[in-house]
Amino acid sequence: MNGHSGADAGQRFLHKDRFPCLLEQLEAMGYSVIGPTLDQHAIVYDRIRSVDDLPRGWTDEQQPGSYRVRRRTDDAWFGYVVGPHSWKGYLFPTPVVIARAAREGGDWEFKEADDAPPKFAFLGVRACEIAAIRVQDRVFLAESYVDPIYEGRRTRALIVAVNCEQAASTCFCPSMGTGPRCTSGFDLALTELSDGFVVEVGTAEGAALLATLDSSEASISQLRAAQAARRSASEQIERSLDTRGLRDLLMDNLEHPRWDETASRCLSCANCTMVCPTCFCGSVEEVSDLAGGRVERRRRWDSCFNIDFSYMNGGHVRDSIRSRYRQWLTHKLASWNDQFGTSGCVGCGRCITWCPSGIDLTEEVLAIRGDAPVSEGSS
Amino acid sequence: MRDASRSAAAAGLRPWRTHTVRVREILAEVEGVATYDLAFRDESAGAAYRFAPGQFNMLYLPGAGECAISISEDRATSAGYRHTVRVAGNVTKTLTGLRPGDTLGLRGPFGTSWPITDCIGRDVVLVAGGIGLAPLRPAIGSLMRNARQFGRRHLLYGARSPESLLYWRQYEEWSQAGIRVHTTVDRADSRWTGHVGVATLLLERLDAIDARNAVLMCCGPEVMMRFTIAAALNRGFAPDRIWVSLERNMQCGVGLCGHCQMGGEFVCRDGPVFRYDRVAPFLDVEAF
Amino acid sequence: MKPKLAVFKFASCDGCQLSLLDAEDHLLAVAGALDIAFFPEATSRMRAGPYDVALVEGSITTAHDAERIRAVRRDAKCLITIGACATAGGIQSLKNWADHTDFIRAVYATPEYIATLATSTPIADHVHVDFELRGCPINQYQLIEVIQSLLAGRRPRTPSHSVCIDCKRRGTVCVLVARGEPCLGPVTQAGCGAICPAYDRGCYACFGPAAQANLAGLTARLASDGMRPGRIAQSLRTFNGYAPAFREESDRLADGRDRVDEVRR
Repeated sequence: MNGHSGADAGQRFLHKDRFPCLLEQLEAMGYSVIGPTLDQHAIVYDRIRSVDDLPRGWTDEQQPGSYRVRRRTDDAWFGYVVGPHSWKGYLFPTPVVIARAAREGGDWEFKEADDAPPKFAFLGVRACEIAAIRVQDRVFLAESYVDPIYEGRRTRALIVAVNCEQAASTCFCPSMGTGPRCTSGFDLALTELSDGFVVEVGTAEGAALLATLDSSEASISQLRAAQAARRSASEQIERSLDTRGLRDLLMDNLEHPRWDETASRCLSCANCTMVCPTCFCGSVEEVSDLAGGRVERRRRWDSCFNIDFSYMNGGHVRDSIRSRYRQWLTHKLASWNDQFGTSGCVGCGRCITWCPSGIDLTEEVLAIRGDAPVSEGSS
Repeated sequence: MRDASRSAAAAGLRPWRTHTVRVREILAEVEGVATYDLAFRDESAGAAYRFAPGQFNMLYLPGAGECAISISEDRATSAGYRHTVRVAGNVTKTLTGLRPGDTLGLRGPFGTSWPITDCIGRDVVLVAGGIGLAPLRPAIGSLMRNARQFGRRHLLYGARSPESLLYWRQYEEWSQAGIRVHTTVDRADSRWTGHVGVATLLLERLDAIDARNAVLMCCGPEVMMRFTIAAALNRGFAPDRIWVSLERNMQCGVGLCGHCQMGGEFVCRDGPVFRYDRVAPFLDVEAF
Repeated sequence: MKPKLAVFKFASCDGCQLSLLDAEDHLLAVAGALDIAFFPEATSRMRAGPYDVALVEGSITTAHDAERIRAVRRDAKCLITIGACATAGGIQSLKNWADHTDFIRAVYATPEYIATLATSTPIADHVHVDFELRGCPINQYQLIEVIQSLLAGRRPRTPSHSVCIDCKRRGTVCVLVARGEPCLGPVTQAGCGAICPAYDRGCYACFGPAAQANLAGLTARLASDGMRPGRIAQSLRTFNGYAPAFREESDRLADGRDRVDEVRR
């Protein structure tokens, strides 16, 4: 889709005065609405009960290693980019009970967790985030073994996307082919104007939801304004990542001196992996009552930056920050393609912003590309 | 998108499904190593259970956790499923506290298996080091049956000392079935009359083998496998007929938790048995 | 027979022993599984060793204690140190960077009655330690895990990863990145549950350095936020200041000005 009038046909306009009905309708349909809200000096994802919970009039400024919320000069409701949270916090929650064991009559009995999965409506999903959900769909749902926790939440979730109208200095979604415009993967997609939203329908569920709301056909001027707003996001994106031959570039340079240089700055703190919307690593912890007869198996987010992550038989496979950073970057940008036929990176820039040292993966690739032999035609 | 995720999920296998198994017998093997014969408590689960030589199970001791243990004997020779375990960490240590009749959890089978059908019409060389003989024993079983399908069959096995030679009672039986068993130890005692040195030496000395067409399967410490591969390539074995069984920190067993990654491979799912040429680029990269 | 447990106190505030007492209902189960033979904080009944397990709180600050810990070691099959004093020397190790006689003169009316070493040092500097449980104070759930693992004959499962992982798991926004609040979380071992950042403060490194902590990397960041080297050194020299990773980096930053009072300026 490219925003021509043909694709715009059938788009509706929802006035901001009518927006509370969307939230009410979602609640009535049994959804917990999760969306952006101002908390802890950031725009995070949390339960949204009214439009007053939205970060109206706030924006974010992002640089490598720095994030600040600022007052906007206008009253935009979705006038920010992406924050420290991502939707994986809801689809791939931490901690979560995956199984239980109980000793009954002397024997151990085992049960998979069968707790009823919550039904979420995600409000304010960005294009890069839709791409991230798609990447995790590939990881958790598309192989022979399916993650039941993710599956239960994902199949019930409704996605109300909101197009970006601005970009952070850390954004590079066009390089990854994931944004900034939401083109698919949503039930509804909104573009915010000063007085309302231009609404695009992505699924039958989205259409049914929209039908319950008091919307009107979007006018030409509203469609034009929406286009212009979306264009301004594209125009603000400065950062880029050259993905040509990237897989081979990294896998052919596993002993590049750059890894040592980066290791001197990397804290191995795991922030990049925790904020990354596609990172999916986890560890299971045994939680038993004192008698030891009842055990819960709790899965938590884990990270390849955790030294114990590769622990085996009294030793660590990746026993240095260099080897752990190399594991993360080569996985994200290279071996992920081997595993899942897609990059693990969606260009959201979170790992750049939330790295305390401000390590920028696009710069890392550039450095390795800089004096690496060019492998043309290997992409 | 939701429809796509729904249809993908419909066919999905359940990773955390755990069976109750009962310890039937515990066989002391060598120092620090024992074989646990485990039977499904639920007969229908047992009847539905199928595995191939080289695959592993996750054994679960509630409270202590899980560990990946390869199945160490093929089904035909045992009523239960045998798992040879060396005490290495918390879970394997807790396992030593079990007695016949006790129950534990089992998920599996997981992973890839030895290429037995690729061996038809070819010479076969199995190279094992230490506890690495355990994942290869089901392959030995397969090579013993239908023996005429295969060419010459050799087992080259290295252990630390004569007392740590695993499954030594069976070597005679294997030999009688036509598998030539060659052993070597790192440290000999006064009664040892066999080879001393690493298993690689056995491979270098091995004659009566059509190396270029033979299949080699190898399991042992990673450094031992690297030397074995080098020696095998040197002798003319083809990179795509050398197979190795690798070990990493495996937690979920199905490629969902990320712990065991090595390059683009999940060792638990894409391995543990790999064709050498597939992992060759990573085996020599330190700490990868 | 139940394993025989003893709890010993060296230079410390008793807070870590109190963590054990705080774990009330758990403690009853623990008391049922263990033979508590020596625990002056909890019971007046004291029985002589040898003990199966000795929990040791506190650091070594006197010649007498340096002797006493050797006796404890001789009497204990398994010796576990608990808390920042025992594992790193504690807050009192600040005297390692100063002249302790100045402190004695400043504090005590009759300094000549005070017999103390010039340093406060961790237990592991004096005797072999089987397991170190970090924290100021220790986390009672980790202590229970240590005791449970001893009873089960396995190694305790305590994390060696950074506090950052725990912040993210509980949804806490990074105070360093979002507000420029100085935070030692990226180089600090998890264990407390990432409490301080959840209450809008930076991490104070109560659990000491994380495994392979890159101190120079973090202090470069703090310096770029305008924090002066002496101030950064001071922030590292707290409860775990004498832990090697923190000690070396604070010494590097203090650059010769290693007296505490000078660093403070």
